[in-house]
Amino acid sequence: MKSREERSSEFEAALLALDRLEAARLLTDEGDERHVTARIEQDVVPAMERLGRLWEDGRVSLSQVYMSGRICEELVGRLLPQHAEPSGGDARIGLAVLEDRHILGKRMVAATLTASGHPFFDYGSVNAETLVERVEADGVELLLVSTLMLNSALRVAKVREGLDRLGRPVRLIVGGAPFRLEPELWRETGADAMCRNASEVVSLIDRFSGGGR
Amino acid sequence: MVRSSMTSMERVVAALSLKEPDRVPWFPLLTTTGARELGLPIREYFSKGSNVAEAQLRMRKKFGHDCLYAFMHASAEVEAWGGESVYYDDGPPNCGMPPLADPERIMSLQPPRVKDSPSLIKALDAIRLMKERAGDEVPILSVVISPFSLPAMQMGLESYLLLIHERQDLLARLMEVNEEFTVEWGRAQVDAGTTAVVYFDPLSSPTIIPRELYLKTGFQVARRTISRIGGPVAMHFASGRCIPILDDVVQTGVGVLCAGCEEDLGELKRLAKGRIALVGNLNGLEMRRWSPARVEEEVKRAIAVAGPGGGFILSDSHGEIPWQVSDEVIFAMGEAVRRWGEYPLDWRS
Repeated sequence: MKSREERSSEFEAALLALDRLEAARLLTDEGDERHVTARIEQDVVPAMERLGRLWEDGRVSLSQVYMSGRICEELVGRLLPQHAEPSGGDARIGLAVLEDRHILGKRMVAATLTASGHPFFDYGSVNAETLVERVEADGVELLLVSTLMLNSALRVAKVREGLDRLGRPVRLIVGGAPFRLEPELWRETGADAMCRNASEVVSLIDRFSGGGR
Repeated sequence: MVRSSMTSMERVVAALSLKEPDRVPWFPLLTTTGARELGLPIREYFSKGSNVAEAQLRMRKKFGHDCLYAFMHASAEVEAWGGESVYYDDGPPNCGMPPLADPERIMSLQPPRVKDSPSLIKALDAIRLMKERAGDEVPILSVVISPFSLPAMQMGLESYLLLIHERQDLLARLMEVNEEFTVEWGRAQVDAGTTAVVYFDPLSSPTIIPRELYLKTGFQVARRTISRIGGPVAMHFASGRCIPILDDVVQTGVGVLCAGCEEDLGELKRLAKGRIALVGNLNGLEMRRWSPARVEEEVKRAIAVAGPGGGFILSDSHGEIPWQVSDEVIFAMGEAVRRWGEYPLDWRS
């Protein structure tokens, strides 16, 4: 019987090798008696979190993290029943890129959310005003915002102002190159937290949702 | 203080020859700041090459730095391919929808001609005007986006990463077409009077792709393209890491490497010494909030680790000082480099 660490490590190696078949074999092994959600929580999520940390440390590349995320997203999509939108017990999550058509960062977060079983509202690329309107209409409690350019990142402050006017708490988590390269920027914009890599979003969701899943 | 005795061109040439000039040269790479200098909205500023030339000359007179920067914005290249630039009041133009949304179009794709591309002609006008007015006293820098990195804007980064991993046939064809374009565009800049072409290649950084993939892709493209541009070329990864591929970069034929702010400049200097000159690596995003004292501290730190022995030019790490960075910070940078950058750097001992 393999240990949890061995399984996660093998799964991570398959992802880095972009070996879809091996990753699928490991995740769907018939000899594995764990429930599918346990396999995802114990194999997929730790592997993606570790890859995210390795990217921060400069030990793997963005393309490896991105392609791994796609593989996980595909596998989990096949294993888990699809949810159109959040249901009871989960924080209602919204995801957007602010004023940019280059959406890889948001795409990677979307893959992480899907692979970790978190349903979300996908708002695409929007401006601050539209984003706040969508959050209000959908009752979003946890808003994830990705940016690429500094001026877009600074406009997160406008999103914060709009959220504060809603009269109910909405947690705001930001990510993207400007925040990573300027570590104080997220505080300046009024965000509640910053993701240094896409997979970090899972632990932040747990933190702001009041505990683990 | 020792009076500077070299022209900017002499100072930069000495640094690039891996020697100690009279002082460390400094390149505050100013783009949208020029619009503020002329009191123009950013969109209007970039509508004419003459605006860019005028602002670059005025800013150099004001701050006393060692280059003129003809770079306008990256999306100007994508306009040549049928894309669009989206303008903002407080930052550089960004690319709109990628013009090459359907990868299957790659097989029939033809490179645009520089002479038919208004966005590129504006940049060439800026280079010519600067050359006419500044002569050989100061280097003029201009930019090409590498053929390997251009598709991030031509087709979007996500589609491009998939193409790199899954469609080698289309990747090969796209590189062929892009290389023809970049070579013509780089040569046109050299003909217009640029001193050095900065080859922006962020996709080749280990931040984005692993070295093994780089050696099969971006590295091969760089070797083929740089040798054909016909002028001095500097390698820039736009804040991306470069230490893991330093030996490879040296082999692409460039004499200068621009360092990202996430790497240890001292370590990079140790690895690069005697082989390739370095430019960098102040954090432009953080610079927005720096006090003059913090500027001095950062400049002094960079010079202390990368200045000894020459082969170093002080600059930011991204290839562009953000519009939000104040004149006060840029002035402080100049004061600090003049105070701490005079050779020999005796204060270090």
